[in-house]
Amino acid sequence: MDLSAINPAVLIASLMVAAVPIMLAAIGELVVEKAGVLNLGVEGMMIMGAVCGLAIAVETQSPVVGFIAAAAGGAALSLIFAFLTQVLLANQVATGLALTLFGLGLSSLIGQGYVGIKPPPTPRLEFGPLTDIPALGTILFHHDPMVYLSILIIAAVWALLKFTRTGLILRAVGENHDAAHALGYKVQRIRLLAILFGGAMAGLGGAYLSLVRVPQWTDGITAGAGWIALAIVVFASWKPWRILLGAYLFGGITVLQLNLQAAGARIPVEYLSMSPYLITILVLVIMSADRGRAALNAPAALGKNFHASR
Amino acid sequence: MIRRTLLAGAALGLGLTLAGTAIAQDKTKACFVYVGPIGDGGWTYQHHQGLLAVEAEFGDKVETAYQENVPEGADAERVLTQMALSGCDIIFTTSFGYMDATNAVAAKFPDVKFEHATGFKREHPNVATYNARFYEGRAVMGTIAGHMTKSNKIGYIGSFPIPEVIQGINSSFIHARKVNPDVTISVVWAYTWFDPAKEADAAKALIEQGVDVILSHTDSTAPLAELAKTPGTIGFGQASDMAAYKPSPRVSSIIDNWAPYYIKRVGAVIDGTWEQADAWEGIAGGEVEIGEITDAVPAEVKAEAEAMRDAIAAGTYHPFTGPLNKQDGTPWLTEGQTASDGDLLGMSFYVEGIEGDIPK
Repeated sequence: MDLSAINPAVLIASLMVAAVPIMLAAIGELVVEKAGVLNLGVEGMMIMGAVCGLAIAVETQSPVVGFIAAAAGGAALSLIFAFLTQVLLANQVATGLALTLFGLGLSSLIGQGYVGIKPPPTPRLEFGPLTDIPALGTILFHHDPMVYLSILIIAAVWALLKFTRTGLILRAVGENHDAAHALGYKVQRIRLLAILFGGAMAGLGGAYLSLVRVPQWTDGITAGAGWIALAIVVFASWKPWRILLGAYLFGGITVLQLNLQAAGARIPVEYLSMSPYLITILVLVIMSADRGRAALNAPAALGKNFHASR
Repeated sequence: MIRRTLLAGAALGLGLTLAGTAIAQDKTKACFVYVGPIGDGGWTYQHHQGLLAVEAEFGDKVETAYQENVPEGADAERVLTQMALSGCDIIFTTSFGYMDATNAVAAKFPDVKFEHATGFKREHPNVATYNARFYEGRAVMGTIAGHMTKSNKIGYIGSFPIPEVIQGINSSFIHARKVNPDVTISVVWAYTWFDPAKEADAAKALIEQGVDVILSHTDSTAPLAELAKTPGTIGFGQASDMAAYKPSPRVSSIIDNWAPYYIKRVGAVIDGTWEQADAWEGIAGGEVEIGEITDAVPAEVKAEAEAMRDAIAAGTYHPFTGPLNKQDGTPWLTEGQTASDGDLLGMSFYVEGIEGDIPK
């Protein structure tokens, strides 16, 4: 085994890239769940973002427009969820699952004409001489704008939830919608906006797959990333910075296991392949061992529909 | 009122469907089970091309149906049962992992013909298997890879450690080393047939290890897209031509052409002459085609690769010709001896020179 062949700086740089889609989707879902809504349709919204982003980027030859379209596509799909659960008061779990199935099918339909077409490349951000700093340059200054944007979004969500009145209202709606309603806040409107934000973020995450990481359209391109994003929200116990940690951990192990194989590590491949999932389960167990605190962190009104008559 | 109209509509629809089935009785129905989406641009896409060729060949005499993204395992059995119940006369199951499900369902429906791709179990008289000698194509790709690599490191993205994939790894390596004694091969097992993000990551990991030629045994075009980002690296189309990545990184390709076989077998069902068989055709039979070798490859390398293709087609050269040793140094084939089909179908070892273990 030649572990020296693995360059830690390159490894960290590629795990940062690998983590972007799940990180974006997870931070969106975090806001949705903080508002007390459980949207299991992340996978569907991601793949809608992936196909819309690619299609528009190909038509306009602009990755930026593509990403905006992806956010719009994800948000548009989440609007269906919002209508069903907030207006018609449908069951959130069932609606979310249906949204995933619908998104997978619809994206396949839209993607028919785009199979095998290459999107315009997303350029790296230029930092001039900073990129040439050994190790640090590779890790910090060698990425496309979305890597930095995803971290900025995490910071923004954290600040919003912790320091602003808007964040307080959002959390109130998620903790006790009756009380929030009694105080005069529009529970359904706030939830609608949260759902739209979640959809837009999932769409961005999906577009990162189809525009940067893969970059092309194939049916089923997200291949379960949405479900991992959902798990990371629980893993992070609804705290924004832990989303970053969870996504890097998951992305890191995925990248590391492939690198170990390529370097010829004599560890059975089965263990390496299952390791990302194993660690996720392990952390979930550790987190929920402290029962009181884990329960305290989950929004109290999560998954419950609200109607003003009650 | 509205409800009554709806019910009437539903009844009418039901009636129409029944009438439709009645008319379709004399048609032969050919059904296909796919492991990935048709839009994968590789493996499943090529099988679907075969389905389209069957439709074009027989026109009104056949009816076709297919299901995409069928997981290997218990779900496959459910899908197959449903297809058999819905009047399919012949069912093609197009992935290795459907092997047990195909045989289990075949036992229950003795009148339905089953054709299982890349497998070896034929437990019932109504199960046939068919495969293509992909390793012949790998020999040609390996030759190009051995010449083209500058770092002397080639990479192979394996799906699952099954004989078909191991044949591919061995064949690629033998022929790369034949033209370049310094070449080494790194194998990454993705444990999936189709996951574009993972395939891209695997390609990336290999590139980071200094690999500059990648052969993939997974179904999507993602490894080529990843190679396209790194100048100086090349790869090959797998299962389908993947012409969108010409002239580089895709310098050539192995194309699976299932159409002739599907037309032959569906035709046999129509004529009533279908019999159990075990088909294994290669370049000579037209099931494995070598895609255009682009100008990114020097002319003499191209000529050498084409000469090998023609020799295999003519039957004068077998990609597994001795002397060859197994990985641990024990002799496998003596000078001039060629591997038997039985050996190849059960292949579970690397040849001498490949590092690493095959996962069990």
